[in-house]
Amino acid sequence: MIPIFDYIILIFMVIAAIISLKVKDLLSASMVFGIYSFLICLLWAEMGAVDVAFTEAAVGAGVSAVFLIATVYNTKRRSSD
Amino acid sequence: MKEFFETSIEPHFNYWVYVILMMIGLWAVIAKNNLIKKLIGMSIFQTAIILFYVSVGVKKGSGIPIIPKAKEAAAGAGEHGAAGAVNPDLFANPLPHVLMLTAIVVGVSTLGVALAVAQQLFKDFGTLEEDEILEQIKTADKASPDG
Repeated sequence: MIPIFDYIILIFMVIAAIISLKVKDLLSASMVFGIYSFLICLLWAEMGAVDVAFTEAAVGAGVSAVFLIATVYNTKRRSSD
Repeated sequence: MKEFFETSIEPHFNYWVYVILMMIGLWAVIAKNNLIKKLIGMSIFQTAIILFYVSVGVKKGSGIPIIPKAKEAAAGAGEHGAAGAVNPDLFANPLPHVLMLTAIVVGVSTLGVALAVAQQLFKDFGTLEEDEILEQIKTADKASPDG
């Protein structure tokens, strides 16, 4: 584990989480949530959990983002908050 | 302040961030009005818990839990496993990783089912805002009080 890399990724993760919850466009929220998932995937590869990292990259970042975008496509794109 | 940073925050930074992410997720699930925002918050909560478990297994200066030349290490081990035994300080603990693999997959299937339910709600009510859905249910109840 590399400490400085760890701190940078963790801070970016908190920022991405807040942005994905604050933005009013749901498609943007889905994309920023994908960025969050890829950041946490990077963090796990850095922490030595490579198996968790590639599961997260395939299942967490890929499939979750596709599900969210499909739901936004089938429903409304604007959110009130 | 500097001492607090050096003794509490800096060595346990993963744990501080996991608590922050967990509270962000909890806030989103409780306070957000849009159902998709609630589900994003639920996913953030879940990744925060996984972050806690993976942080438990990590050690300072440890690498990935793959043992190079595993055959030679096993052959060199004597009856009590002393000679050629693997030094565990060089590897992250793989047990929490393996447990969390299941949690990731279960979390994605939970999200998929929840989003399917959200789409069905949109079909029925024409909105994904929680207060509007509750309002429509209330007016429907008033129209037919026996239901």
